[in-house]
Amino acid sequence: MKLGLVVDLDTCVGCHGCATACKQWNTSGTIGPLSDKDPYGRDPNGAWLNRIRTYEVDDSPNSKTVNMPMSCMHCDDAACVTVCPTGASYKRSEDGIVLVDQDKCMGCNLCSWACPYGARELDPNEGTMKKCTLCVDRIYDESLPEDERKPACVLTCPTKSRVFGDFDDPNSEVSQLVRDRAGKQLMPELGYNPVNTYLPPRNKPVVEQYQPSLKATVKGWVNKVISR
Amino acid sequence: MHPAFSVLVFTVMSGAGYGLITLMVIGHLSGLSQLQDSAVLLSAGILSFVMISGGLLSSTLHLANPKNAWRAFSRFKTSWLSREAVFAILLYPFMLIYLGAIWMDMTGAVVSVAGILTAVLAMVTLFCTSMIYASLKTIRQWNSSLTPVNYIALGLMSGAVLLAAVQTLVGGDLAGVLQQLALALVVLGAVCKVIYFFWIGKPAGSTINTATGFTQASVRLLDQGHTSNSFLNDEFGYTVAANKLVRLRLLMLAVAFVVPFLLLLCANSVLLVVAAASTIAGLLVERWLFFAEARHVVRLFHGDQRV
Repeated sequence: MKLGLVVDLDTCVGCHGCATACKQWNTSGTIGPLSDKDPYGRDPNGAWLNRIRTYEVDDSPNSKTVNMPMSCMHCDDAACVTVCPTGASYKRSEDGIVLVDQDKCMGCNLCSWACPYGARELDPNEGTMKKCTLCVDRIYDESLPEDERKPACVLTCPTKSRVFGDFDDPNSEVSQLVRDRAGKQLMPELGYNPVNTYLPPRNKPVVEQYQPSLKATVKGWVNKVISR
Repeated sequence: MHPAFSVLVFTVMSGAGYGLITLMVIGHLSGLSQLQDSAVLLSAGILSFVMISGGLLSSTLHLANPKNAWRAFSRFKTSWLSREAVFAILLYPFMLIYLGAIWMDMTGAVVSVAGILTAVLAMVTLFCTSMIYASLKTIRQWNSSLTPVNYIALGLMSGAVLLAAVQTLVGGDLAGVLQQLALALVVLGAVCKVIYFFWIGKPAGSTINTATGFTQASVRLLDQGHTSNSFLNDEFGYTVAANKLVRLRLLMLAVAFVVPFLLLLCANSVLLVVAAASTIAGLLVERWLFFAEARHVVRLFHGDQRV
């Protein structure tokens, strides 16, 4: 199994719901807490496992706002695991989830340096590295109804922009989405083989620009020049 | 990259200590007459021991959870940091046997074997330290064979200046060989550093386009998603004005290389101590620049067009 997420950049509205749901679930989950430093103060700072950035792609009139939620990509070639000196970082052979053993981490930050996606953040109070667990404590929990055995971010997404599944199964929803929508990996040139895949926005017709006639342009200019 | 002061002190001090003990062992075992006096050897050896140990202790200060530091020996197969820790500790018994044998005026195979192993392990440890940085594909300014070359050249260079200073302070007149060696290593270190500066100046590697996957259009950051700083901003967003970097580069080249070179020519014991202090101070600036000029690819997600 190769578990991971597909993120649809066409439909993500950038509401930060995934990040909030993630923080809520994981602060009391297996790697918890996800603490904050000075949470109500002037300069709050804390560990989040999801970050949502917003970009403007291309230039007007073809520009598009793209919201890009990012969490751990659970890379096939995860350098964060190999650089770890204590063995706290590990990749599960059965499903490919990359985890940090909180009892072994010494907080040297080297794994966060090795990660190109900014997926790892040091917990300011615990002094250990925190990262996305793909809600390993939800997805195998048989006391939950079967359709709720998904990561918290996937369950909460109001636009269903996040899909969870097995990339090794060619007939899974994630594999089909990646095939149909030409899913992309981020920074493939570094060779980490990230599992999480991003679906680019669909091509939509360009909104036609209002082109004023020559007469209207002259009229507008005259109105500007002559004071009333 | 955010330069953690404890890491700067660690890499400079232990690098100089490893360079010092290596050159001392080579000089001693190859029969250099000024390096046969046990007072000189013990002074240089103890100085090296203190610098290495002080550096290693300083390195633990940047750990956020040092109670688990003992586990750092456990991933020798994959992690350069683990290898560094293992070799750094492995050095101690051989170094203590070597220095102990000198103290008891022993000669023969014990001194030679312990000395050679000390020198080899010192260089291996220094190499492992440099490979922690050189192995990171995420930071193109570090991901180069120039990184280990620089660490080893600068470690040997500062060790040579220290050895010359200790030898004149304890043993009298400066040995011509040590003076020439130190001068040559200062020139070599400066050349390596200048090559590195030229090399990192060339634009290369990932861009905001490959980072976001939009490779056919321009991409600009509209919002990083949080109003105050995060761990990522603090660790990777460290930015210094370009003109300040240029000034610091010039200051570093003067303090770490030019001043020690000129003082070495004088061969006076007090001036050589000043030269050693100047080298260490200059290398602290050099190590600060090594971090401050390194740009992690996470910066692309936070709006940098290239790294």
